[in-house]
Amino acid sequence: MGGEWAANKMNRPVTQLDQTEQRHTLAVLVDNEAGVLARVIGLFSGRGYNIESLTVAEVDAAVNRSRISIVTSGTPQVIAQIKAQLERLIPVHAVADLTVEGPSVEREMALVKVNAIGDKRVESLRIADIFRARVVDATSESFVFEMTGATDKINAFLDLMVPLGMVDVSRTGVAAITRGPNPM
Amino acid sequence: MAGQMMTGAEILLESLVAEGVEVVFGYGGGAVLPIYDALYQQDRIRHILVRHEQGAAHAAEGYARSTGKPGVLLVTSGPGATNTVTGLTDALMDSIPIICLTGQVPTHLIGNDAFQEADTVGITRPCTKHNYLLKDIKDVALKVREAFFVATHGRPGPVVIDLPKNITMGEAEYIRPMAVGHKTYRPIVKGKLEDVREAVQMIAAAKKPIFYTGGGVINSGPAASQLLRELAHLTGFPVTSTLMGLGAFPASDKQFVGMLGMHGTYEANMAMHDCDLMVCIGARFDDRITGKLDAFSPESKKIHIDIDPSSINKTIPVDLGIVGDVGHVLEDLIKIWKSETQRPDADALKAWWAIIDKWREKDSLAFETSDKMIMPQQAIQLLYEHTKDLDTYITTDVGQHQMWAAQHYKFEKPNRLMTSGGLGTMGYGLPSAIGVQIAHPDSTVVCITGEASFMMNIQELSTAVQHGAGVKILLLNNHYQGMVRQWQEMLHGGRLAESEMTGMPDFVKTAEAFGMVGMRAEKPSELEDVIKAMLAEDGPVIAEIETDKTIGCYPMIPSGSAHNEMLFGPRESKATKISAEGMTMV
Repeated sequence: MGGEWAANKMNRPVTQLDQTEQRHTLAVLVDNEAGVLARVIGLFSGRGYNIESLTVAEVDAAVNRSRISIVTSGTPQVIAQIKAQLERLIPVHAVADLTVEGPSVEREMALVKVNAIGDKRVESLRIADIFRARVVDATSESFVFEMTGATDKINAFLDLMVPLGMVDVSRTGVAAITRGPNPM
Repeated sequence: MAGQMMTGAEILLESLVAEGVEVVFGYGGGAVLPIYDALYQQDRIRHILVRHEQGAAHAAEGYARSTGKPGVLLVTSGPGATNTVTGLTDALMDSIPIICLTGQVPTHLIGNDAFQEADTVGITRPCTKHNYLLKDIKDVALKVREAFFVATHGRPGPVVIDLPKNITMGEAEYIRPMAVGHKTYRPIVKGKLEDVREAVQMIAAAKKPIFYTGGGVINSGPAASQLLRELAHLTGFPVTSTLMGLGAFPASDKQFVGMLGMHGTYEANMAMHDCDLMVCIGARFDDRITGKLDAFSPESKKIHIDIDPSSINKTIPVDLGIVGDVGHVLEDLIKIWKSETQRPDADALKAWWAIIDKWREKDSLAFETSDKMIMPQQAIQLLYEHTKDLDTYITTDVGQHQMWAAQHYKFEKPNRLMTSGGLGTMGYGLPSAIGVQIAHPDSTVVCITGEASFMMNIQELSTAVQHGAGVKILLLNNHYQGMVRQWQEMLHGGRLAESEMTGMPDFVKTAEAFGMVGMRAEKPSELEDVIKAMLAEDGPVIAEIETDKTIGCYPMIPSGSAHNEMLFGPRESKATKISAEGMTMV
């Protein structure tokens, strides 16, 4: 379905309104200036768009450039609107819809605190090993695991950790980039 | 190149002069004292002191809309800035280029809840095209340059520059920025030629076409209006216009079928509904235009020309979207049309015009006159008769009188109607008229208003008097917020909750108290003389016209209905059932 939409582009016919909601990951290159994140977030809240996750960090200090990765959902028409509205913001250099512009890699990092002793402590270590999570902090009754992966994989890890004594979690949200040699 | 040392305020004024600014509308205060001090010591920029900052914003809009140049306003921090929010939103909705200079507390006090501090960039972020908080005096010249570029390029809009007092009081070298353009903001002005070619094919194949034109034609500049005329005459297609587009195509042209939308003509709306090709030129399928979305022009192919890519496919999916400036796209379109020696389908067009002429016979703007009460439409028609040969600009407020003005005043040229279309700001008319009159001191400027709208910025009468702005205020007094009353009668069982205007002043005495001329017409027999007398005055005038209190504005498409479901009078509207969904759309 993404492929069809890609062919549609911004100003091409959308003769049939597709009402199915899809999850899209957008990459937004912006000038790293005061208020730029507020502009992006304000656009989403003001126009009633969803934000599932949003991450931002400077990616090129020399030219003062930041990259925002946004995971959102909506009908194809709404996603096209979101992209067009983002492009309208003055400090925005480029917007890419990674979901439709060819294959991409998405990763998220989570820090997971599990309080467990005895069998549960051993089991949590075993599962962490299966998921290739690393222990970054340990006390006699707790671990903090660092786990990187796609959103689904992190969700699966957290599901398993809850019954073992998970008490806290911090997630970065999705960072994403296209596969292959070309930059956005 | 070494520049001259100047204060931040002086750099600001130099930068404004470099942008061609001649007039600033404003109101002083603590945080802008250095700027006012610099203004006092120069004579290149004229300052128009308003009576409320909202007035400054609307005056700047009127100035901008009537000249095609950006309007500038200057206000202090805190309340000065917050009072401009309505005007900024209005300019954003109607794509009017204005620059709003706001004072701010010194940078070291920002965030401390200082006296007259407000988070101006935070508050105005969603109601401007862009905004700036200047924290370094070295940025002043460049950011002013950039602000004017942003305000006037692409889809125009309001830009705020927030100026902390230590920046305007500081000193730095003024170097005139050479840079033109913007590092990230580069709007597309030329449409893709293959798209324009496709549009030519679609136009040539159309059997029941219509040009649906809007404010984008006017914003594109006078050449775009000329090109629209040329295209219309080459094709012979009917032309309709939104409120914001009136004047881009002459109302007297026989191809003009009148305004469309909620209070548009029967022929315009029926042609929109039944057409097989709709060419939307610089308009945006606003809900006042489309009515019920799923019944909007169901059989047509749609072409949309717009400089703002986000307008395309926003509410109405189109078959061909062309991103570009209307003027450029029309120029290419006409060139290709001519080079391909295209001809419209003459037989089909003849048949289409026969259908349109039948709709025209309905004479949907007709109204009954009486010899006892003045009909508001009559006042506007007479105003038109007496100003059509003058160099006239019209502003309106918001409500019934606004729609009657749009229906009955025949606009022949672009930039001649100043009205609050998107936001629907009551109180827009008077300050906007002052802005127009300041820009065109020798022209006739008439503000068509109602008593309720007029009261919202009545303090600006004092501005008009002080600055010799001879605006003519045609005040249609029906003692109600008429449009509100009309909806209450239609939708809320005739319970006229808080829509009657009582305790109102004597407007003739009000005029006199402000030092201007007041006059009144109460009977139809007095109307023409009062309009003539109003126009004969040099200075500002209030001409209060007592109109029929009861009539509604027709024809209309009730909210949530389709273009072919128009109502022509109150009897029909009482019999009409409006869905709950429709009621929320009012």
